[in-house]
Amino acid sequence: MAKVVAELKYSAEHEWVAADGSGPTNIGISAVAAEALGDIVYVDLPEVGSTVTAGETCGEVESTKSVSDLYAPVTGEVVEINDEVVSDPALINNDPYGAGWLFKVAVTEEGPLLSAEEYAAANGGEL
Amino acid sequence: MTENYPAPENYTALYEQHKIAGASFTDFGGWQMPLKYSSELAEHHAVRNAAGLFDLSHMGEVWVTGPDAGAFLDYALVGKLSAVAVGKAKYSLICQEDGGIIDDLITYRLPAAADGTAKYLVVPNAGNAAVVAAALAERAAAFDVVVNDVSAATSLIAVQGPNAEAILLQLVPGEQHPLVTELKYYAAVEVGITVNGTVQDLLLARTGYTGEDGFEIYIPNEDAAGLWDALLEVGEGHGLIPAGLACRDSLRLEAGMPLYGNELSREGNPYAAGLGPVVSLKKESDFVGRAVLAQLKELGPGSTSGRRLVGLKGLGRRAGRSHYPVLKDGNVVGEVTSGQPSPTLGYPIALAYVDVEHSAPGTALDIDLRGKPEPFEVVELPFYKRQK
Repeated sequence: MAKVVAELKYSAEHEWVAADGSGPTNIGISAVAAEALGDIVYVDLPEVGSTVTAGETCGEVESTKSVSDLYAPVTGEVVEINDEVVSDPALINNDPYGAGWLFKVAVTEEGPLLSAEEYAAANGGEL
Repeated sequence: MTENYPAPENYTALYEQHKIAGASFTDFGGWQMPLKYSSELAEHHAVRNAAGLFDLSHMGEVWVTGPDAGAFLDYALVGKLSAVAVGKAKYSLICQEDGGIIDDLITYRLPAAADGTAKYLVVPNAGNAAVVAAALAERAAAFDVVVNDVSAATSLIAVQGPNAEAILLQLVPGEQHPLVTELKYYAAVEVGITVNGTVQDLLLARTGYTGEDGFEIYIPNEDAAGLWDALLEVGEGHGLIPAGLACRDSLRLEAGMPLYGNELSREGNPYAAGLGPVVSLKKESDFVGRAVLAQLKELGPGSTSGRRLVGLKGLGRRAGRSHYPVLKDGNVVGEVTSGQPSPTLGYPIALAYVDVEHSAPGTALDIDLRGKPEPFEVVELPFYKRQK
């Protein structure tokens, strides 16, 4: 069963947010989502300097079988994107909570986020 | 977490094998089929470079036997099945009176019964099996034939990939090896295969839907799990892994093969789908759809008018998907029927129906990717052809 990391918070749309609240935070997609998507072959990320809005789409994740929207779990300015995941999207499947992080946001406001327990209970997944 | 288990009649005889192997399941043609076991890309590459093991038990099997079997199939299908040599297979279509495609099929002609009666095995797609069996039974009224749908009792297991022959031979008694090694593409033969410790005579076909060399084995449900396990065991040293429907779809797309429901339908017709040569207007006898198909050929849909099925090669990284519009200078000139990134070729590929005037290889077109045009080019099919 796909892993859910206890220290992170999650959106209902399967993005994770590094939760400590101090400084810019990494955003990625959960192992549950990565597994459901299948082998990811392309990722379209917001540009550095752009502002993302919690609950709105900010990019796309494309697997061999399908395309899914990426939703911003927080509002704020994108300060960095993971160039390595752009050139090697399989990192999202292999290490969704680590090397497969997507972008970093200077958060001004969090959207509605779930705890790891709540997310795992709603979506299946192993804490 | 609760799981909704489908009704047992929707499982194939290999459901337990798939569960043990860690399959994720998908509904396909009314069946719960393995979509993938681990990574669909790894399974795709295994079939191209080593071998993959597929459960195709969702496919239909309909026996057509009797003195009129050949003449009957000539009437029921668009091809000339009476001319197929014993031991050979033919790709064909079953059409409606209006030329619409009910299904695409592979039909095997097998050695005649002891009394000389001709025997054919017709293999329709999963979701169409019952409809095809019913259409055949209905069309058989004026012929001396028996149409027997054995789909529910029959499993089908495929070994596909360059190592398929070496794997299969390990389960075939030595004296019968030539039957396998000399079996031609699109041919079938009864061969002894060791299952559960005994040699069983099974129908073995050198066919597939992957663009690789490979075999399909028809086996009664009760022995299917034994054959599956035996193949996995002898295949281990040859890189054989179980392979699901996700990679089956990417493999057939690379090979430029149509999928019923995507490229083929009752609304389409064989000429637009590029399957004109499958229709035998030369056969003397009448067949269902003949009048309309002859007319369609004359009118030229797919050659001089309307839309035709083409291959599209992506020049960027984004893939087109089923139902995405195809554009020329911003105007809609077609629609994608199947598309995804090609694991073997490393660029996006798609099949699409496009207006004949924009269908020549080399034509630059765009696929509308949810509002963003992505450049593609019309190319000859297949996208991928194996080295022989």
